Amino acid sequence: MTDPQITLYRLQACPFCERVVRTLNRFGLEYESRYVEPMHSERNVVKRVSGARSVPAIVDRETGVTMSESANIVEYLEGTYGDAATDGGRAADDAATDGGRAADEGGA
Amino acid sequence: MPDFDVVSLPETDHVAEGDAAPDFTRPLVNEEYWEDTALDDAVDGPTLLLFHPMDGAFQATYLYNTIDDHGWADDLDVLGLSISSPYAHKRLLAERGEGVRIFSDPGAGVIEEYGVAHDIDGMTGITESRPAVFLLDGDRTVEYAWVASEHPEFPDAEEIGDAIGRLVD
Repeated sequence: MTDPQITLYRLQACPFCERVVRTLNRFGLEYESRYVEPMHSERNVVKRVSGARSVPAIVDRETGVTMSESANIVEYLEGTYGDAATDGGRAADDAATDGGRAADEGGA
Repeated sequence: MPDFDVVSLPETDHVAEGDAAPDFTRPLVNEEYWEDTALDDAVDGPTLLLFHPMDGAFQATYLYNTIDDHGWADDLDVLGLSISSPYAHKRLLAERGEGVRIFSDPGAGVIEEYGVAHDIDGMTGITESRPAVFLLDGDRTVEYAWVASEHPEFPDAEEIGDAIGRLVD
């Protein structure tokens, strides 16, 4: 079995993570889920990979991109794999309207 | 041996030496995260696959103490499996089982498939695993198998060590 191109670090029942999952599914992107613990102190692997302990975080081996924050991730996915990649960026602009409110994604 | 009452478990048609260990996919937990993993992807050379009662039962605690005492995880890949949740596995691995990864099989589907289920008295609705040991080569062929036939019964560490010694130089 070949590894999917995207690894998603996620927390069970984290709405920001589900938002990224919806976007991945919308574009039919293959991904593998790595679940971590609610406690930030238990998330060293995410810190090592992305530089921060927040989830969601993705690693896209296809593009070499590692990224945190769901708004950023959704924008990145739409810009790279969505209509935005061909429509001059409108979709990505739409998706970014709520960017930045997710200061404490992943909670706990 | 301590003097306690043991219960004989019914005969079971379990995975045995010479069989190919059935492949399955379950969340595999390490010290940092868990991820759906196929046994076939996890087996990359000699592998000790250990089925055990749920995390917290003293049989599980003893098993991980035994793994650590013998340093088996230094010699080959060691994979546990129980019905406990990934969260419970993580707590277990924070204290014991250095280098071990543990599959989570709450529905006991893998446990049933391997023929090592145990309907434990007084815990209605829970299908437990018997203690069971499967030593696999890199092709998932079972080189050594042991399944508890009594309750409680513990795997023989010396026997497992000898079997590992035969498989790993």
